[in-house]
Amino acid sequence: MERIEFDYPATHAVLKKAHVGVVGSGDLEVLLEPLDGDSAHVSILTSVDGFRNTWKAVLDRFFASYQGAVRIQIHDAGATPGSVLLRLQQAVEVSQR
Amino acid sequence: MSEQRNDTKFINRQSFIELNARERAEVLFDAGTSRELAGPFDRMESPWLAMQGVTPQADDGCVVMKGKISGQSTVVIALEGAFQGGSMGEVSGEKLAAALDLACADNEKGIRTNAVMLLETGGVRLQEANLGLASIAEIMASILVLRRHVPVICIIAGTVGCFGGMSLAAGLASYVVMTREARLGMNGPEVIEQTSGVDEFDSSDRALIWAIHGGEQRFAMGLADALVEDDAQQMVEAVQRFIAKGVPAVHRSSEVALYRSRIAALDPSRQWDPKELRAAWKAGAAPEVNQ
Repeated sequence: MERIEFDYPATHAVLKKAHVGVVGSGDLEVLLEPLDGDSAHVSILTSVDGFRNTWKAVLDRFFASYQGAVRIQIHDAGATPGSVLLRLQQAVEVSQR
Repeated sequence: MSEQRNDTKFINRQSFIELNARERAEVLFDAGTSRELAGPFDRMESPWLAMQGVTPQADDGCVVMKGKISGQSTVVIALEGAFQGGSMGEVSGEKLAAALDLACADNEKGIRTNAVMLLETGGVRLQEANLGLASIAEIMASILVLRRHVPVICIIAGTVGCFGGMSLAAGLASYVVMTREARLGMNGPEVIEQTSGVDEFDSSDRALIWAIHGGEQRFAMGLADALVEDDAQQMVEAVQRFIAKGVPAVHRSSEVALYRSRIAALDPSRQWDPKELRAAWKAGAAPEVNQ
């Protein structure tokens, strides 16, 4: 198991929190919460070691189009990069409902 | 349940099995009345899983919701089968037991609060063995106290099913609702095969497993009180029906003499066909059939 953390700049405040996904095989859980300030913090706990670069690539892409000031906590059970991105987008969608 | 199902209705139904634990719990309530207690943002995670290299889940796989069903205050506890097989750890077990105890305290104060458990679980979480076992004992004690006040309804929808110590908790429930896809049993098929050999039970034979552990057989044997389709609406109606029925005059688990006599009447030296067993086992009253 590996813990990975990233920080990204943010430009706008987020009002609502969102929880999506399940820590089941090939899936992940995303907890998205408003964070004070002008940055976003991502904290990942993954059951699969050695994929830091892949996580960074997925999150770089996600934060290229999302500038919310949020704290994102991810509990991962071996999700593919595609699933991770979809879950992140789903969390944003739920937080904007 | 009619054999000839209405195809259009079946296709247009909302599947219950495809919902996750949170969605399953929510769909049972009267619209807009539910709220979650000790949810994922309260971060009641297992402290033991990460130590063993297993990713925890923010709600430890146990969803507790309070709201109204048929206008009556009800607590629904749903286990998430996709997280660690719905296994009972220290935190998830404590959440379930505490929810039942709080419902009990409400009932003792004169505030009627029903309880529904959605059990998708392999039983004790092996990574938290003794703590999981202890919490299952607590859950069983809590069910026994609560069911004196209100019906404790157990739903096993599938596809994990309900096994191990939690099958005993299901056995203590006032009413058990199952689908054909669900399974209920003390030892799971693989455990039986490992301990008694493949001749005793072939865990790769799915037809055999469902013929014995499956919802249809459990219902026919009188161990479940309703067999419903994989349909959220049918599940809601079954729960409402059993809430309206109230506490049964005699709980199944209190009928010790009846079950002893049934076991005594069976000849264990012969191989029983599951269908044949239904008739041989259940000479008594037939349970309710869901239409």
